[in-house]
Amino acid sequence: MTSRRSAVSIAADVRAGRVSARDVLEEHLARIDAREGEINAFNLVTAEAARSEADAVDARIAAGEKVGPLAGVPVALKDNMCTKGVETTCSSKILEGWKPPYNATVVDRLREAGAIAIGKTNLDEFAMGSSTENSAFGPTRNPLDVSRVPGGSSGGSAAAVAADFAPISIGSDTGGSVRQPAAFCGLVGVKPTYGLVSRYGLIAFASSLDQIGPFSHTVADAALVMDSIAGHDPLDSTSITGAAPSLSAVLNSAVSGLRVGIISDLMGDEMDPDMRSAVNNAGAALEAAGASIGEVRIPTALSGLGAYYVVAPAEASSNLARYDGVRYGLRVDAANTGLMNEASRTAGFGDEVKRRIMLGTYALSAGYFDAYYGSAQKVRTLIAAEFASAYEDFDVLISPTTPTSAFEFGAKSDPVEMYMNDLCTIPSNLTGDPAMSVPYGTDDNGMPVGVQILAPTMGETVMFTVAAELERSQA
Amino acid sequence: MSKSQANPNKDSTWNDEWQMVIGLEVHVELDTKTKLFCGCANSFGNAPNTNTCPTCLGLPGSLPVINETAVSYAMQLGRALHCDVHPSIFARKNYFYPDMPKDYQVTQYDQPTNADGHITLPSGKQIGIERAHIEEDTGKSTHIGGGGRISDATYTLVDYNRAGVPLVEVVSNPVMHSSEDARAYVAELRDILLATGVSDAKMEEGSMRVDANVSVRPTGSNELRTRCEIKNINSLRSLGRAIEYEARRHIALYDSGDAPRQETRHWDEAAGRSRPGRSKEDADDYRYFAEPDLVPLAPTADDIAAIDAAMPALPAERRQALADAASVELSATALVVERNLDAMALGSLEAGAPAAGVLKHIENNLADGPGKLTADTFAALVSMEAQGDLTATQAKDVLAEIVETGAGPKVIAAAKGFEAMDASELEILLDGLIAEHPQEWARFAEGDRKVQGFFVGKIMKATQGQADGKMVNALMMARLG
Repeated sequence: MTSRRSAVSIAADVRAGRVSARDVLEEHLARIDAREGEINAFNLVTAEAARSEADAVDARIAAGEKVGPLAGVPVALKDNMCTKGVETTCSSKILEGWKPPYNATVVDRLREAGAIAIGKTNLDEFAMGSSTENSAFGPTRNPLDVSRVPGGSSGGSAAAVAADFAPISIGSDTGGSVRQPAAFCGLVGVKPTYGLVSRYGLIAFASSLDQIGPFSHTVADAALVMDSIAGHDPLDSTSITGAAPSLSAVLNSAVSGLRVGIISDLMGDEMDPDMRSAVNNAGAALEAAGASIGEVRIPTALSGLGAYYVVAPAEASSNLARYDGVRYGLRVDAANTGLMNEASRTAGFGDEVKRRIMLGTYALSAGYFDAYYGSAQKVRTLIAAEFASAYEDFDVLISPTTPTSAFEFGAKSDPVEMYMNDLCTIPSNLTGDPAMSVPYGTDDNGMPVGVQILAPTMGETVMFTVAAELERSQA
Repeated sequence: MSKSQANPNKDSTWNDEWQMVIGLEVHVELDTKTKLFCGCANSFGNAPNTNTCPTCLGLPGSLPVINETAVSYAMQLGRALHCDVHPSIFARKNYFYPDMPKDYQVTQYDQPTNADGHITLPSGKQIGIERAHIEEDTGKSTHIGGGGRISDATYTLVDYNRAGVPLVEVVSNPVMHSSEDARAYVAELRDILLATGVSDAKMEEGSMRVDANVSVRPTGSNELRTRCEIKNINSLRSLGRAIEYEARRHIALYDSGDAPRQETRHWDEAAGRSRPGRSKEDADDYRYFAEPDLVPLAPTADDIAAIDAAMPALPAERRQALADAASVELSATALVVERNLDAMALGSLEAGAPAAGVLKHIENNLADGPGKLTADTFAALVSMEAQGDLTATQAKDVLAEIVETGAGPKVIAAAKGFEAMDASELEILLDGLIAEHPQEWARFAEGDRKVQGFFVGKIMKATQGQADGKMVNALMMARLG
């Protein structure tokens, strides 16, 4: 079996005719055959469709036609992105067997860029979780240590890249669902500015927080994917108008003169010492490269968790109402329509989804709205103001991505303990600002540690410049 | 007194000790080419579920994109209703119903596009409008079995063609106190919709749907008592009947020591009564919150100014303009404006025609439209009649011909041989008739006025309608001394 290849090198080799897209695909399919039984990264591998797409790319190259920047690069898609005619389940029994009649914008853009979709990856049901243990189709295992979780909710997408089933994959990040599994699996994971990547065709969990982003082994691969999927989409009203930045172009920019702030409120006892020292090491590396390092207080950052667990379930309770057994997905028959709705939802949703629907329904109820949803929105505004103020003094901020490295299965049986995993990642979703996780060393158990880089809205260029420097500093 | 005895239908007269309090909620379908949040056709009467797409079916992953034309129409309507147009946001109204694809309705809640307006009725009364907000329509359910109720149905068929059709809900203040005013309000709103062109306003096709909130209170009191919301009102006639029925039902309940419950009731036109629907006491908690998939609407002062500048003359203004020009009561102009003949009337007045004749002919003789009539030919005709060149009967005849051919009234009158006969010719005819019918004349002379018509008819026949009936009557009376 050949060694790992980056998306950048695959695309260059395929375009130059040094390797065929079909051969690249077969290498990856062979790895899936060998290890997928153990990992369970995929809900569905679309090998045959991928083969015809790869052959089509090869035919275009043979005919001298122009191909996209991701030509021949296999990509795994989180199973909450709609794929036309291909089962899309959100790892929920309620959507089992549902085949969307349309593609998500991201899926179309990847295909236009020449990428080869190889399958739909496992997730916590409806992206609600931090370990992929909440999937209705069984958990995904961390390829670096199969006794541990890959993180979540995009655990399948992270594991697929970590196991070299695909060089890149796509996840969605509502409270850390790309960055946390990236940290757990030793990968680069990006949560772009809200609105930079179209949500059209992403099955909603919490609409004001959801954002699609890539997983990869390298910062350059993440930039290549972002350059293909970012940009205005008229089908998403919250999509940012105007041109998206070219991130592949900024990877060799200098960090000298950049002001980097370490968020001291995310460096407390809640964080494992190994996580804190990774952040300090990253800061030192940036300083060595010419950046200035300082500490910054974001006192409300820790309040983000509470606000998030009001806002996200509230929006989810509404977004998930449509799974009522009437039009598609699971229907459990009953005496009348109301009872059929109830029976279908009772049988179709798992415990965590039900818990959040109940939380959200309660938070929006008459008499409680102001105390919960109203207060949470105010906290959101406060957090955004504190970050905006921090960005007056700093170009980027850094923190741990997660309080700990990947934990073992069943280690977080208490929901609130599980929710604590998102402590460092949630603020960026509440503010809409971009953030990404880059691997930065390992902990005592030999598991990877992620450092999070946070930037102001549309600050992806400086964020990727810093990420590339951190990557180089470990080479 | 038992409830069954308190049947309001048995009471046909209004009890002045009570006052009706009526507020109306009118859902207006905007006449856009496409739906509110997707590109599907907004059209009535197509095969079920043919005008649908992932967005209006609420498929997982789909997102709404606002139809700018619908927003523009909504703001036009708002300005026509004298509302303030505000920056607004959409909200989700959450409840489960199978014809609502997302199990929430996208509507506006605490920040509607239009607020604080009014409608001026033909009587001159102003009815306050609380708000006119934008929302999406639901699909249409047909419950099979179980008496047509969802709870007992064997199965339900759903057509999503209507799901996502743009609506404006116009909410009046509860300030109407008679079914006549309620009907006039809806008729006026319909005329405003047609004048602005934002809706075809067909009650029978459901593009204009009226719900009436009805309560009663002791006359002279300002309290607002328990109201009932009456749905399924499909015509102006039904609206009047439903309000009358409901108000009398409330009075009968109070008179019997009982009181109405707050509830939604359905009007049964055939049975002439309302029936209870869902009780509002256990109403859903709709859990409104700002729709995160849409961005706020922020019309600029320029947008609003452009809408105002393009606003056609509205019925109330047209009635006022005609009343001023004709020096008549406002109410005398209602029918002219309703028939869209106020421009013709104003033109005729300007050309010198007397107002009374202009208004009379529009009311009596132009119900089917003006055809080839112009303001000038109309003015000439009315003037000829006023000067006595044509009798009323001749004028009506000539008018009909102008409507058909467009020719001038003088030419038509001449061709028909219509020349006003002078009194001396009529005297001669009358002499002959008295000689032929001495007995009838004797009866007339004795005071039997019924035979007067006999003589007028004979003269009309002899003159082929050219005689002026009023003049014949005058001549006959004169002969009695």
